[in-house]
Amino acid sequence: MSRILGPASSRHSTRGSTRRSVLTVVAVLVALVWAFPVYWMVNSAFLDKATLQSSTPTFLPFGGSFDNFATVFGDAGFIRALGISLAVTLVTVAAAIVIAFLGALAISRFRFRGRRSFILALLLIQMLPAEGLFIAQYKMMSSVGLLNNVLGLALLYTAAVVPFTVWMLRGFVAGVPVELEEAAMVDGLSRTKAFLRITFPLLAPGLVASGVYAFLQAWNEFTVALVVMTEEQSRTLPLWLRGFVQASATRETDWGQVMAASTVVAVPVIIFFLVVQGRMSNGLVGGAVKG
Amino acid sequence: MTSTATAPPETAPAPEPTAPARPARRHTPAWLVLPSLVLLVAALGYPVGWQVVTSFQHFGMMQQFGQPPEWVGLANYASLVTDPELWVIVGRSIAFCLVCALSTVAIGLGLALLMGAVSRAGRLVLQVALLLAWAMPVVASMTVWTWIVNWRNGLLNWALERVGVDAQGHNWLVEPLSFLVVAAVIVVWMSVPFVALSIYAGLTQLSPEVLEAAEIDGAGGWKRLRHIILPLVAPVISIVLLLQLIWDLRVFTQIKLLQDAGGVANETHLLGTYIYQLGTGAGDFGMASAVSILMLLLTVAVSWYYVRSLMKEES
Repeated sequence: MSRILGPASSRHSTRGSTRRSVLTVVAVLVALVWAFPVYWMVNSAFLDKATLQSSTPTFLPFGGSFDNFATVFGDAGFIRALGISLAVTLVTVAAAIVIAFLGALAISRFRFRGRRSFILALLLIQMLPAEGLFIAQYKMMSSVGLLNNVLGLALLYTAAVVPFTVWMLRGFVAGVPVELEEAAMVDGLSRTKAFLRITFPLLAPGLVASGVYAFLQAWNEFTVALVVMTEEQSRTLPLWLRGFVQASATRETDWGQVMAASTVVAVPVIIFFLVVQGRMSNGLVGGAVKG
Repeated sequence: MTSTATAPPETAPAPEPTAPARPARRHTPAWLVLPSLVLLVAALGYPVGWQVVTSFQHFGMMQQFGQPPEWVGLANYASLVTDPELWVIVGRSIAFCLVCALSTVAIGLGLALLMGAVSRAGRLVLQVALLLAWAMPVVASMTVWTWIVNWRNGLLNWALERVGVDAQGHNWLVEPLSFLVVAAVIVVWMSVPFVALSIYAGLTQLSPEVLEAAEIDGAGGWKRLRHIILPLVAPVISIVLLLQLIWDLRVFTQIKLLQDAGGVANETHLLGTYIYQLGTGAGDFGMASAVSILMLLLTVAVSWYYVRSLMKEES
């Protein structure tokens, strides 16, 4: 498994191992290039404005400080955007888990008329680009007075994540054998109780994974927020970060602060992402990888 | 509708003592599906419908202030089809999409093969780096990249100076071509991790016996790659290529933020930013809807094969 391209037997072991060392060096170099922008963000976040504006870049954060982070957390705009992002994200996660769980239950535990059409619709909707819909969503939100409204944005986000979360949870629900539930029912539990005591705990990892997926989408989303959160007062974190990018076009920017702000936005995402990465890619390429 | 392999045994007409509970349960799936249906119809179905209707109307600034929209039939589509600007943007979007998707899959395949050929430690380092880049929120990535390519004191110009290119104070975002190259580099950087890790996951499914047998039969590294490994991971490659095509066609955030960072807007629009500019900038909702419908149709056409392959897995 580990030696897909390396020599499969030990006949050419010396030649193979030199080749392998060379390739390992290449792999490490590629890794450095790929991780560099992330490193550069964190590195710059610790440096002050004067250091960053000098004509030679500073590659290591020696002599750095947490000042930029202190400035970010002292910024009223950041605190407000953080509050809005947290509220939108929490509502989206909660709503998506409940709604997607019910939908997943329906398609993996029941056979009903329209089941295939429902799944087909979910999969197609999942592919619809927000960019092809946002003008209509903007008009809709403005006509019902939900522009600049946390619940309005959360509604759009929930609809955007539900198709994929239903699809992901379906696998988990199907993975719990119905026989387990039936055995519990034979032992005298009601159907609901059997479900709550037996099936539900086994689904916990799936629910966590879908919750984290919804979190990542809602926390990172930029396009729809840009369209429906039109006022400065109702900016989410990505919109607030965008403010710095816009400002950099016309005036000298304090990149240290921007990088500190970006780091603050990115760190929870990176942590959560590492938790669910495997399940997410499985949902996307599923059968192809296994087959 | 039809019987599928995943059909749970509980729906089979097994004799159960609790017969009275049956009629109620017949409606259970409907109640379970209802919340998702209501949500999707309200948040996505209605906008799609509105867009279809509006694409046949004249819906400009006057309508924003309450004047009823006027039916114009196919006039929006007609003026789109005859508008050279739209075709330039469609062409640019498709070219951008193809360049990004093909380079992403090529680089991703290369890195997946590299992961398969190196020591455990080397592979781990590469995987961690790819995961970091993949996990970065798109807006945070964009702030870093705008900082790297910033003309005043960004790292790119400094590095180019060091290798002897006179790049001091050069603004890469003012020229449409270099703007799009910067955007493509960023998009590829963001997309490669998913592709590389998915293809690598496919590679790990290959049986070592097959590879060993090929080697004993005298197949060298290149021959094994060409005749055994690539055909076996072809399904994964085609799925990730399809997903990249779909995702790269809708690229918006990267373009929008680079335009914000001082790029030229008019000559760098792709479909997404063009619709945004038509709708919120020019207030022409009729035309914006017509372009949106075009974009949705393009996406659905490309997605169809992907969705079909997922449906096959389902049944």
